[in-house]
Amino acid sequence: MTVALTGLIRTGRITADLTRTLTNVGIAFALSVFFGSLGGILIHGVPRLRSALDPYFASYYAVPFFVFYPVLIAMFGVTDAPIIIIAFMFSIVAMTVSTISALDRVPTVLLKAARVARMGPVATALRIKLPSALPQLFTGIKLAIAYSFIGVIASEFILSSSGLGYVISYSYNNLDNRTMYALMLLVVVLVTTINMTVYACEQRILSRRGLLQ
Amino acid sequence: MVAELNKSSPTTASQRRGVSHYTRFDVILVAFGTVGLWQLLNMFAGDVAISSPIGTARRSFELLAAPHFWPHVFETIRALAAAYAIASLGGTALGAILGSCRTSGLVFEPILVALYSLPKVTLYPVILVTFGLGLSAKVAFGALHGLIPIAIVTLNAVRNIRPVLIKTARTMALSPWASIITVFIPAVSAEIIAAQRLGFSLTLLGVLIGEMFASQRGLGFLIMNAIELHDVSTMMAVSLMVALAAVAANLALLGLSRRLGVGMSEYA
Repeated sequence: MTVALTGLIRTGRITADLTRTLTNVGIAFALSVFFGSLGGILIHGVPRLRSALDPYFASYYAVPFFVFYPVLIAMFGVTDAPIIIIAFMFSIVAMTVSTISALDRVPTVLLKAARVARMGPVATALRIKLPSALPQLFTGIKLAIAYSFIGVIASEFILSSSGLGYVISYSYNNLDNRTMYALMLLVVVLVTTINMTVYACEQRILSRRGLLQ
Repeated sequence: MVAELNKSSPTTASQRRGVSHYTRFDVILVAFGTVGLWQLLNMFAGDVAISSPIGTARRSFELLAAPHFWPHVFETIRALAAAYAIASLGGTALGAILGSCRTSGLVFEPILVALYSLPKVTLYPVILVTFGLGLSAKVAFGALHGLIPIAIVTLNAVRNIRPVLIKTARTMALSPWASIITVFIPAVSAEIIAAQRLGFSLTLLGVLIGEMFASQRGLGFLIMNAIELHDVSTMMAVSLMVALAAVAANLALLGLSRRLGVGMSEYA
């Protein structure tokens, strides 16, 4: 597997597909973190909106999303757009829910302290809320990374004309087991490395703040 | 980590009570809004891309009345039941065993989390080669999706049992069996139900994806077949029914876990 994989990388046969997959994952991840945390802040601020959406969030991940991928293909064609949308839809709710529960966990005493110190809303958000919500936000970010990867690669696998998922399913259909196993190894190594990097970052930030249990 | 997704309930419960007059109305409003958005999408993209809500509902009833539809449903239910039994029992047992020892919990949690975030579709060819075409491959694939998150949540629940409970069991000189039944299982039951809920959704997703790729029967196969024939209304109707069934099962488990969760917090 490793030999086949280094061969594939050296000949540059999969460079285009690899960049395409990573770009899509990156776009979906960035969009879901941005809109997810924005939405989380908004929903946290409006309790009525929150109680209306709460049951939907609780059963959101019960809906098997990939069944809607063909609908998106019919609407946008076989381009990157449906792939990014699926991955975005898959990961945004994890980020939103994490942001809401992160804001829930900001201790009231800190908010009172901010009011005593006469901090403005921006200063409160940056110096009080963000630091104390950070550990929980990291949970959201980790989930968003995982779900973006799953969304992109699974969509490519189902129906696509490029990307790592597509190449794996293509080589599977053509009984090209060497390429197939090599690419599986690549995906496993890639995802594990990214995971471990984020985990290490998180531990470092937490230990710097003395929050490590 | 996965458990964080389920933990929104205790903090919001009190808040919900404060605005309960509006809640039901608001929830229905959101549902209507979703259907309205769907209608707009239909008007924007046309029937070729996405069928209208009414058209989808009509097609759903046609399918429910058609005799050739039910064997597919039973096939999916059979695969789901087997996969869920494996995922649920295996995941809970694995999580409990790994969580009961501190070292094994610390060693295996990152491994399980890495496996959880892996796009498991990429492994589907290996499963097909191992289990062959047919029911067993679907079951294996579904179980693979559900087992890991159940194990992660159970592992964390078992590891975080309050030490005072363990000490109490020892002080009262309970036998290992009695302490498991009367102390440890009640202590983790809320998390375990939450884990079953998460696991159920993912097992269903796994079984459906399994059916979409290599199967001649089942709802996933119906969807894939409809895609290939470009039969948009059937595709949407089957997707909608699957989604509604999944949400209903999820809400039932959610109700159970809320009841257990409330019972636990009153106790502790």
